[in-house]
Amino acid sequence: MTQTKEPGAELPLQVQEDVTIRFAGDSGDGMQITGNQFTSTSAVVGNDLATFPDFPAEIRAPAGTRPGVSGFQLHFSSKDIHTPGDRPDALVAMNPAALVVNIKDLKPGGIVVVNEGNFGANDLKKAKLETNPIEDGTLEGYRVIVVDINKRVAEALADSPLSSKEVQRCKNFYTLGLMYWLYSRPLEPTMNWLAKKFAKRPELVEANQKALQAGYNAGDIHEMFQGQYQVPACNDLPAGTYRNILGNQAIGLGLVAGAAQSGLDLFLGAYPITPATDILQQLAAYKNHNVMTFQAEDEIAAVCATIGAAFCGKLAVTSSSGPGIALKTEALGLAVSVELPMVIVNVQRAGPSTGMPTKVEQADLYQSIFGRNGEAPIPVVAASSPADAFDCALEACRIALEYMTPVFLLSDNYIANGSEPWKLPRMEELPKIEVKFRTDPEGFQPFLRDEKLRRPWALPGTPGLEHRIGGLEKEDGSGNVCYDPQNHQKMTQYRQDKVLSIRDSIETPGVEGPESGDLLVLGWGGTKGSITSATNTCREAGLSVANMHLRHLWPLPNGLDAIFGRYKAVLIPEINMGQLWRVLRSEYPEHNFLSYPKVQGKPFMASELVERIKSILEK
Amino acid sequence: MTPEATLTKKDLKSDQEVRWCPGCGDYAILNCVQGVVAKLGIPRENVMFVSGIGCSSRFPYYMNTYGFHTIHGRAPSFASGIKIANPDLSVWIVTGDGDALSIGGNHLIHILRRNFDVNILLFNNEIYGLTKGQYSPTSKRGAVTKASPYGSLDNPFNPISLALGAGATFVARTIDSDQKHMARVLEAAAAHKGTSFVEVYQNCVIFNDGAFDDVADKKVRSDRTVDLVPGEPIVYGKERDKGLRIEGFGVEACAASDASVWNAGIPSPAPAMLFASIERGGELPDPIGIFRSVDAPCYEDDLHAQMAAVTEKKGPGKLEDLIYAGDTWEVK
Ligand code: SF4
Repeated sequence: MTQTKEPGAELPLQVQEDVTIRFAGDSGDGMQITGNQFTSTSAVVGNDLATFPDFPAEIRAPAGTRPGVSGFQLHFSSKDIHTPGDRPDALVAMNPAALVVNIKDLKPGGIVVVNEGNFGANDLKKAKLETNPIEDGTLEGYRVIVVDINKRVAEALADSPLSSKEVQRCKNFYTLGLMYWLYSRPLEPTMNWLAKKFAKRPELVEANQKALQAGYNAGDIHEMFQGQYQVPACNDLPAGTYRNILGNQAIGLGLVAGAAQSGLDLFLGAYPITPATDILQQLAAYKNHNVMTFQAEDEIAAVCATIGAAFCGKLAVTSSSGPGIALKTEALGLAVSVELPMVIVNVQRAGPSTGMPTKVEQADLYQSIFGRNGEAPIPVVAASSPADAFDCALEACRIALEYMTPVFLLSDNYIANGSEPWKLPRMEELPKIEVKFRTDPEGFQPFLRDEKLRRPWALPGTPGLEHRIGGLEKEDGSGNVCYDPQNHQKMTQYRQDKVLSIRDSIETPGVEGPESGDLLVLGWGGTKGSITSATNTCREAGLSVANMHLRHLWPLPNGLDAIFGRYKAVLIPEINMGQLWRVLRSEYPEHNFLSYPKVQGKPFMASELVERIKSILEK
Repeated sequence: MTPEATLTKKDLKSDQEVRWCPGCGDYAILNCVQGVVAKLGIPRENVMFVSGIGCSSRFPYYMNTYGFHTIHGRAPSFASGIKIANPDLSVWIVTGDGDALSIGGNHLIHILRRNFDVNILLFNNEIYGLTKGQYSPTSKRGAVTKASPYGSLDNPFNPISLALGAGATFVARTIDSDQKHMARVLEAAAAHKGTSFVEVYQNCVIFNDGAFDDVADKKVRSDRTVDLVPGEPIVYGKERDKGLRIEGFGVEACAASDASVWNAGIPSPAPAMLFASIERGGELPDPIGIFRSVDAPCYEDDLHAQMAAVTEKKGPGKLEDLIYAGDTWEVK
């Protein structure tokens, strides 16, 4: 499998700093695999990158229809980048539906590769099109590359033993080969991946490898494109060892790290739910890492088993998404009441109710901070990017174990399925988490607190420490059931003070940009990339704009008041209707907070943030 | 079983005042459980009582062992996490008809199919006591309660059939006022490896007094109940002169000499189901005792065995290997 010619021998080779491409096709077209392969190869080449898959909730929506379109966007660069890119430079559309759904996002003058083989009358009808967009002017202003990929693949695999249906399934690798040629990527990583993936079916390895090579050669020989591009390795990243990581994967690894750093076994109780299921699947495979996973009969059983495991001394975790968290709510009140450590992962999705399970939203902040009956404070940590999710998972474990409390770890669909290069931590850099189990019966009382207001963690099986815990209010110290009015006031205060005191163990987040000025753009969760890009752009344009991102949403870190006071206004873009904005208005009523809500199931584009910032500063 | 582990009933009484209504059947059950657990030879620290919500669910507070009074209906789920985390604990779930069969129905059937090694004591009083008298999932159709002034429209669950249907490996029934019988059943339940499900007819003196008198009252008990004892003929009556036998597709009365010999250990739950279906208050006596007792693997043992097997094959996992897995590259 060698390349037939020097890449771009006859065509001009252009260096580009920064490229965004989007693969779009039917859910069955393998666009996610194509995107992931392009990503891995770009990582190996040394680009900085960020990805964002966009797929329907249905596993296989009706073929050829608009709701069935699955997309994968990848931004790769020789510079330090923060988002999967606002608008693609190149779009690959495998059928008419994919084309019409995505074409409006393509940059003017962008490249669009169209698989003509899927543009028959029937295909147009399925996409609810009266005319053929290749011919009706829809694609005016773009560089249009029309290829009959169906036919080309059939030709390339003419002597393959595979059925014609199986041959057509190799289309995505032909397409990938074409795009590899266009952006001068090596074929080897994908060739190797195929060999491993289909090791048991050599005929599939051969066919897909051939399709990949044929696509690559076609780019070269047929001179379809006006030239070839190169995106050199990124040298802006700090030195170190990197790998590409998905947000969900990072959470799984962060939890294993939390267990390793505290010397505990990891217990995960979970019930499958989009988009959190990956975490259960990943941890279920780590049986040789002292990881126990329990796929429960429902969300409630999952959290209850988790609390049971916490009582028995495990690093206990339950993972879910908003609707599942709603079901766990009552049990979380019990976890607060019995003061046992655990981590609750919420990979947020668009709501309310079932909402849009595969779309992006960060609207569960209220649910996390406030969403329980009674006074039931739970600390909240939110990841800001796929790589950051590792550190946040570890931080959530630290807080839980250090303060004997349940902790929310928030992620979202954008982080969960998005990916970026992760600078791998050196093992000795990882923080140790100290855990002490109570063993001494002398003076033991289950709710006797220490200076940090923590109660002792006394494991069943320890002689002399037999005690009962439960959801009824407990007497200070002894933990016996107690309905005394003053005692309830005291216990409620203790629980609140303990959680609020966590702020003394966290750093005030740093500000990027001017230390004081016209505007501070404040974000939390997955909006970090877009906010960083947008505020960079604004600063380059000479605007007095700073940005800051919160990892700890509850309790809020110390020092925010002083920071907010140094700017005329604080803009809070959120993929919800202004949840952090309202929390901050009640916590810091004297500052000028502006909300920028967006709930379209999509992340912010950096460009729309820039526009909003500019319009605010013009006033 | 170390000699030091031998306990007395008193060792298992906690310092908390027992707060059930005077005359409640729960007192008798507590007394019997304390006696049985004391004799198991298990150190007190290795015993854990887990409950949900309801009158019966206050039980853990009165046991001087580890205990967890959790939330309504979910005790089996807490117990599952506890057994996975620490398989060495002797775990007892105390629940009621509302807790186990209504709000917690889902968790009950799932713990039964997974066969965790725990003991479930279902105090069935056919009423909601703690909320002061509404019909429960075991109340008879037509039951007049505060929430059903014109009679309940629900058909009741039969807890024994339900447990058998969910694949329970040990299923038994006993009566609060029959201490000897209860002790025998509880000892067998404790000895069984796997989920032991025990229904206890429990009298709620306040809201459903005498609900089981037609069969459980001392005066009629020997004629109106039949004790299923594995390996023994199914006979009953004051004179032990009456018997039951399986005939065709049902159970019929017969002379003691013609009674079937009870076998609770066969793979099929069908014969147990036949006895479970005998309607209380009908012609035949109400079966109590051990309906089913079969060996099967326990979830927590299998999980730990799987972990050991994978570790044996792949070696103990290292965090570093997970982090540095896949395609990595260097930035200088
Ligand atoms: S209400 Fe009934 S079940 Fe509850 S404690 Fe009183 S007598 Fe017992």
